[in-house]
Amino acid sequence: MQLPRPNAEVIARKAEIVARLRAVLPPTAVIDDPAETRAYECDGLSAYRCQPLAAILPGSTAEVAAALKICREEGVPVVPRGSGTSLSGGALPTSDSVILGLGRMNRVLETDLANRFIRVEAGRTNLSVTGAVEGEGFFYAPDPSSQLACAIGGNIAMNSGGAHCLKYGVTTNNLLGLTLVTMAGEVVEIGGPWSDAGGLDLLGVICGSEGQLGVVTEAVLRILPKPEGARPVLIGFNSNEVAGACVADIIRAGVLPVAIEFMDRPCIRACEQFAQAGYPDCEALLIIEVEGSPTEIDDQLARIGEIARRHDPVELRESRSEAESARIWLGRKSAFGAMGRINDYMCLDGTIPVSALPHVLKRIGEMSGTYGLDVANVFHAGDGNMHPLILFDANRPGDLEKCEALGADILRLCVEVGGCLSGEHGVGIEKRDLMAAQFTAEDMEAQMRVKDVFDPDWLLNPAKVFPLAASAARRGAREERPGAVCPSSIGA
Amino acid sequence: MDDRRRYLNQDEGDRVTVSSEQELAERIAAASAPLQIRGGGTRGVGRPAGGEVLDLSDVRGVTLYEPEALTLVARAGTPLAEVEALLASEGQRLAFEPADWRPLLGTTGEPTIGGVVAANISGPRRVQAGACRDALIGVRFVDGTGTVVKNGGRVMKNVTGYDLVKLMAGSWGTLGVITEVSFKLLPRPETVATLLCEGLAPGAAVAAMADALGSPYEVTGAAHHRGAGRTLIRIEGFAPSVAYRAERLRARLARFGDWSPIGEGGADWRAVGEVAAFHEAPGDVWLLAVKPSDAPDIAARAQAEDALFDWGGGRIWLRVAAGTDLRARLGPFAGHATLIRADEETRARIARFHPEAPGVAALSRALRDRFDPRHLLNPGLMD
Repeated sequence: MQLPRPNAEVIARKAEIVARLRAVLPPTAVIDDPAETRAYECDGLSAYRCQPLAAILPGSTAEVAAALKICREEGVPVVPRGSGTSLSGGALPTSDSVILGLGRMNRVLETDLANRFIRVEAGRTNLSVTGAVEGEGFFYAPDPSSQLACAIGGNIAMNSGGAHCLKYGVTTNNLLGLTLVTMAGEVVEIGGPWSDAGGLDLLGVICGSEGQLGVVTEAVLRILPKPEGARPVLIGFNSNEVAGACVADIIRAGVLPVAIEFMDRPCIRACEQFAQAGYPDCEALLIIEVEGSPTEIDDQLARIGEIARRHDPVELRESRSEAESARIWLGRKSAFGAMGRINDYMCLDGTIPVSALPHVLKRIGEMSGTYGLDVANVFHAGDGNMHPLILFDANRPGDLEKCEALGADILRLCVEVGGCLSGEHGVGIEKRDLMAAQFTAEDMEAQMRVKDVFDPDWLLNPAKVFPLAASAARRGAREERPGAVCPSSIGA
Repeated sequence: MDDRRRYLNQDEGDRVTVSSEQELAERIAAASAPLQIRGGGTRGVGRPAGGEVLDLSDVRGVTLYEPEALTLVARAGTPLAEVEALLASEGQRLAFEPADWRPLLGTTGEPTIGGVVAANISGPRRVQAGACRDALIGVRFVDGTGTVVKNGGRVMKNVTGYDLVKLMAGSWGTLGVITEVSFKLLPRPETVATLLCEGLAPGAAVAAMADALGSPYEVTGAAHHRGAGRTLIRIEGFAPSVAYRAERLRARLARFGDWSPIGEGGADWRAVGEVAAFHEAPGDVWLLAVKPSDAPDIAARAQAEDALFDWGGGRIWLRVAAGTDLRARLGPFAGHATLIRADEETRARIARFHPEAPGVAALSRALRDRFDPRHLLNPGLMD
């Protein structure tokens, strides 16, 4: 993985750039001491690290605008950062860049239950948006697993999903409006607390643009009334094919669960050892959750149970209580922790058509054997979003590279069967060089044109999403040759 | 009917029907004058525009349908009716409930799935299931240079690269000519129930609808027709669930009035989506997107002859005297107003789409310049 060669001229002017930023921001909002900027050297993709030139923590839209204007005048790349939980390197800095952190902008600006929206600053964490309205019986639906820490601004940048997308959609389906500051320091309001933003759907293209079009400082989010209740059923099968067929039959029957989670044998075993959730030792496990009143839940679980029994499950355990629900979810929710205990792991994020599931799992098993690295699969089966976890040892030379190569092969497989490279984590730097597997040069050109419009100098998070060779001409002469990630780059 | 004839857009130029994406790409690459892009030609266009008509109705056919994956892919010219019939045969549907605008506008073509996307057409269920753009998961299009571009795909969770899928939805052919679309589908519910309350004024109706939509009962339709004084609430799902929810809602909303179950209410909801109340009535038709609680006041200030509140009040259809500049009458308000039906003179005088703030307008203009540098595709339609 490479990043563009840092602009030595920008680095040489660090003192001057920092002084200009200090003139428009509060004293504590500009960080340039290397001991402190280290906190911003990486995000959730911690295998790659690089210290930024400086980090700024503006407290208002006006401060963001003033800072961006200066950075543009100085030709300094800016990397926006929510909470730094990106799993694709979306907030990884370069040594000539300024990190723009939204952490201080975390206020709730307006709550309107009658019109079912909330307006927040973009640094507010995902879970605390729900926290602000759950007392009144409402919630914010997208629920990425990092929701305790991740910021709404980052969710918008990555169009984050979660386990409940099948029913509630992802960020873009729950975003009504936003305030965007462009690299030129211009403040633009798009949409608002009404449905359909009007005109071209700029809201739609900004959401998921990975911080490359502007810095989102405020958002109007749709909030929903909380369901009366929710309960899962756990179903074990002795083959992936049968589990996949069961999911297909449930969907065909018109049941729309709020979540359908799929785990394969390596994942089941690791979770069971770690969490002792009482999972059966079988080939495939489904956790299916439905919502409604107690009677409605019983009715839906009965329908699901009837379908599942036709497929000879080795176990079918319907939750009857809060405690049983918690136990069923315990293993799944500790999956990543369980993997972390065994080894270092890389979490992939491709999506496949659900019909391709058995084929893809079989091929992943074969690839795993070829590379000599174990792979465990967790899968949002309702929407086809896979999370293969590749286990490797970061301390063994060459293992990270081997793991990355296997990951790339798995993602290419996802594209081959009609899916995509990323379902919810974003491209970042992680999948940037695989984009050509999914898109033609013309497809990428059309996307880059959008960036040309919003950020003509390509200063916002410029080294992400598009292969460096594809974006080279646009990033211009200031980045002639690719270099190593950063002189201080280290492994995981 | 003759009276409404004047709302029609005259196809003044020649008409060329293309039969494939490749032929379309070649024609656009070779074009040197503006083109009017047509699906079924049922939804009218904005400012009257000239130029050769490029007809997409022969680029048709469903290319993929996987019911168990809730996925459909179809070429842009496929008739909407064909898509809906196919989905119905498998107990599925397009959840956003695209409405037929022919009776409202007096148009006569066959609505196409590509036209639905280009205009981002959504009906009453949008309040719960999202808009056309939310169900759309992939597009292929030909841009103004004649280049074929694909974005998104056939899977419902996809954040790979920028989301041009959303950008194309509702772009009315001004960024590119859509050739293929993919959708996330939903199952058709086993049971539908509608509650009717008569005699509510708009203020009370919008408050009642807000209460219903703020309940955990997953209301899939909430509309109020001022002229008839009728307020409708819809619930869908499995039979026991629908029965339970309908009863809960009746009790919860009792403080607003008496809510009587009227069965499925299929015709009533079709009437809401198609704005049937305005079909035979004279005057211009405007469509507003507003904050629901602002709707009663805005509708009153509009001095409209009639008003239909959909999406709990978030969408208002207004019928006003012909030639009214509704935006001038309302002054600034939070939301936007689109002119849907008016004669040619009015449409030449009053912008169809709500004028955008300068920053937003500049971005939209720059995007069109990039995607259609020669200004060939429906030029000026959204200005």
